[in-house]
Amino acid sequence: MKLPHPRGSLSHAVIDLLSSPVATSNQPRLADEASTAVGATSDIVTDDDLQIALYVMYELSYRGFDGVDDDWEWDPELLRARRVLEDAFEAAVRSRVQVPTDVAPERAAVATTLFAMTAPTPGPSVARYVAKRATREQLDELLVLRSIYQLKEADPHTWAIPRLTGGPKAALVEIQADEYGGGDPERMHCELFARTMRGAGLDAEYGAYVERIPAITLATLNLMSLFGLHRRLRGATAGHLAAFEMTSSLPNRLYGDGFRRHGFDEGTTEYFDEHVEADAVHEQIAGRDLAGALAQQEPELCEDILFGAAACLYLDDLGGEHTLSAWTAGRSALRGIA
Amino acid sequence: MTGTRPTTIVACPDGPILVRGDARLVDEDGKPVERRRATIALCRCGASAIRPFCDGTHKAIGFSAP
Repeated sequence: MKLPHPRGSLSHAVIDLLSSPVATSNQPRLADEASTAVGATSDIVTDDDLQIALYVMYELSYRGFDGVDDDWEWDPELLRARRVLEDAFEAAVRSRVQVPTDVAPERAAVATTLFAMTAPTPGPSVARYVAKRATREQLDELLVLRSIYQLKEADPHTWAIPRLTGGPKAALVEIQADEYGGGDPERMHCELFARTMRGAGLDAEYGAYVERIPAITLATLNLMSLFGLHRRLRGATAGHLAAFEMTSSLPNRLYGDGFRRHGFDEGTTEYFDEHVEADAVHEQIAGRDLAGALAQQEPELCEDILFGAAACLYLDDLGGEHTLSAWTAGRSALRGIA
Repeated sequence: MTGTRPTTIVACPDGPILVRGDARLVDEDGKPVERRRATIALCRCGASAIRPFCDGTHKAIGFSAP
């Protein structure tokens, strides 16, 4: 994909830096600039400049950017600056979520807690809005917003596989193998999503819509990358995945209904229909065999497992509020571009 | 691979029945039901819209397994 455009001074500095080869660059002050930007922001979670900067840094560990030296992934100064953003981002999320306390680090207790945290609630949601009210244009916006993660669906959690052992590792592999189509590239969930995008007439190329993605949506992906790239946070990855899977089957049914309401065929709704069935399997494995069993195997991770779940739900809620408030006010939920 | 993994069936608390391994699904007339993944979740609450598979509806209706 192409390097995105900057959204402020820090992302400007990061993107400028990446445009030069690693060996010839001399940017010892990027971490200082990151510290200044973190000190100046009123909310790192919804700060366009900081979230796009972090997104760009993380993308170096996924697929990189056209014309950008791959060696930037391990550049010490870039990593120092990334660390500044990560510390502030993690601290902000930790300070805002309620993590259940006094949960015994036992398989059943942790699974029960996770299912309770993610229990379906009545009231407005993006999924209900899509099922009943969304316009054709809003369906496109839904796909564009989701594309930033869904075109690399499952990848951030895959980082945790080598950090786990035994039953929890087998559980994560079992889920991820299904996410990756069980060995069939046509069944990979990212490919099903690409097919849905093409069915709606959208560009399914990786990163095609990054300029239109608001900070809060970048933050939901950056959270997964933060958890996935740090072995320290393997518990949070497990909890995040469990919460993600547990809040997926029922909404995906509603997303599919929205697309059927607008006359889309099975090929276009297959992504959603597949997730209704797949995630009803995954949530059981993720809750019990992954997160629950991990808490039992490494009790000191129990709190992070629940934190990961709470953080997932918190950012998803913020993203959902952003989308719903825009749509109900007749505005676009996408980021405007000049 | 050394041999086929034995079939396992797990009844999830207040949830579906997870089936792993080699198991052929057929409907009441004996016709095969397409199985698209290695591990499947079978509906136990009776309210799934994609029976015989689970779609998570047990959570919405507060299903409590006997």
